[in-house]
Amino acid sequence: MTEQHRFDERIAQEIAIEAQDWMPDEYRKTLIRQIGQHAHSEIVGMLPEGNWLTRAPSLKRKAILLAKVQDEAGHGLYLYSAAETLGCAREDIYQKMLDGKMKYSSIFNYPTLNWADIGVIGWLVDGAAIVNQVALCRTSYGPYARAMVKICKEESFHQRQGFEACMVLAQGSDEQRQMLQDAINRFWWPALMMFGPNDDNSPNSAQSLAWKIKRFGNDELRQRFVDNTVPQVEMLGMTVPDKDLRFNEATSHYEFGEIDWEEFNEVIAGRGLCNEERLAAKRKAWEEGAWVREAALAYAEKQHAQKVA
Amino acid sequence: MSNVHWPLYEVFIRSKQGLSHRHVGSLHAADEQMALENARDAYTRRSEGCSIWVVKASEIIASQPEERGAFFDPAETKIYRHPTFYTLPDGIEHM
Repeated sequence: MTEQHRFDERIAQEIAIEAQDWMPDEYRKTLIRQIGQHAHSEIVGMLPEGNWLTRAPSLKRKAILLAKVQDEAGHGLYLYSAAETLGCAREDIYQKMLDGKMKYSSIFNYPTLNWADIGVIGWLVDGAAIVNQVALCRTSYGPYARAMVKICKEESFHQRQGFEACMVLAQGSDEQRQMLQDAINRFWWPALMMFGPNDDNSPNSAQSLAWKIKRFGNDELRQRFVDNTVPQVEMLGMTVPDKDLRFNEATSHYEFGEIDWEEFNEVIAGRGLCNEERLAAKRKAWEEGAWVREAALAYAEKQHAQKVA
Repeated sequence: MSNVHWPLYEVFIRSKQGLSHRHVGSLHAADEQMALENARDAYTRRSEGCSIWVVKASEIIASQPEERGAFFDPAETKIYRHPTFYTLPDGIEHM
């Protein structure tokens, strides 16, 4: 039996592929790309929310937000670990991200303009991430699947706290309710874009589905998110900024309007609202932190030399 | 700027007294102490454990999947290692 044949058989039997197993080069490359970009998203995703850390309206909300941003750093770390089992180095793929040669989620190129955005990010953005990541808990590459199981548990804390923060606003003053509706209006479509292009326009989808890296198409997951979320919007007494949205009794699904794919393509090509600002902040942190990393390494070497002597 | 990178550490956590340490993931750190502190922050934020081991990834030797057959085969023929190999007369209990 050839290596390829054995690999195909394992995929068919739903046996997880592990780091030491043979895998097609393209499978390895696709996973490094996907897991790497997933990890980058956690890192860049700390910036829009971090923007409100110093301005959170109460100590409770501030502590929650801090805990959440800390979780995101941890999620980045789990994902870089998973990516590294495929033979890439964290530093190399991080450098590719800084150089704009690897992507991160389109959503983090949108600015956080008011406090309500923070609640809406927890609720909608993390909500969309969960739909995506729950599906990935059964992805064919073992280390990725295990990272997803761990992350999903923590993400559900994020989503719930986000919804709760939105509920407080929904039950508050007219001004607070307006602020919430404004945040929903600005983040609704970007959240739908997180699921990626339409299936017939998604170059990696067919192969990823065949290899069971992806378990569902982009459109199917997006539909699931809309079906889950519209009732939550209604519960808050808010509206969805989509005049074509309607419930189809026959299919039991919500039908919704067309995504602005032109905007989506602009954002992932680096021309969204905050792309430059996000990368500039990460480059600055990397460059200005160089001497600290060197100091830690020099100290470790010195300690090691003393132990050996 | 230094091109030398912080090494990779594998992290093992024991969740309760009496259970064994379980591999939970890995992280990069400059030295063992930093690895331990980062493991505490990243992997025990929700009271997941009471003991942490960190091991440099380069210290771990893994069995090779392509040798899986030959490597584990010898155990298969030794069926007398299993208690179910032995027949007992009816009426014998608690054994």
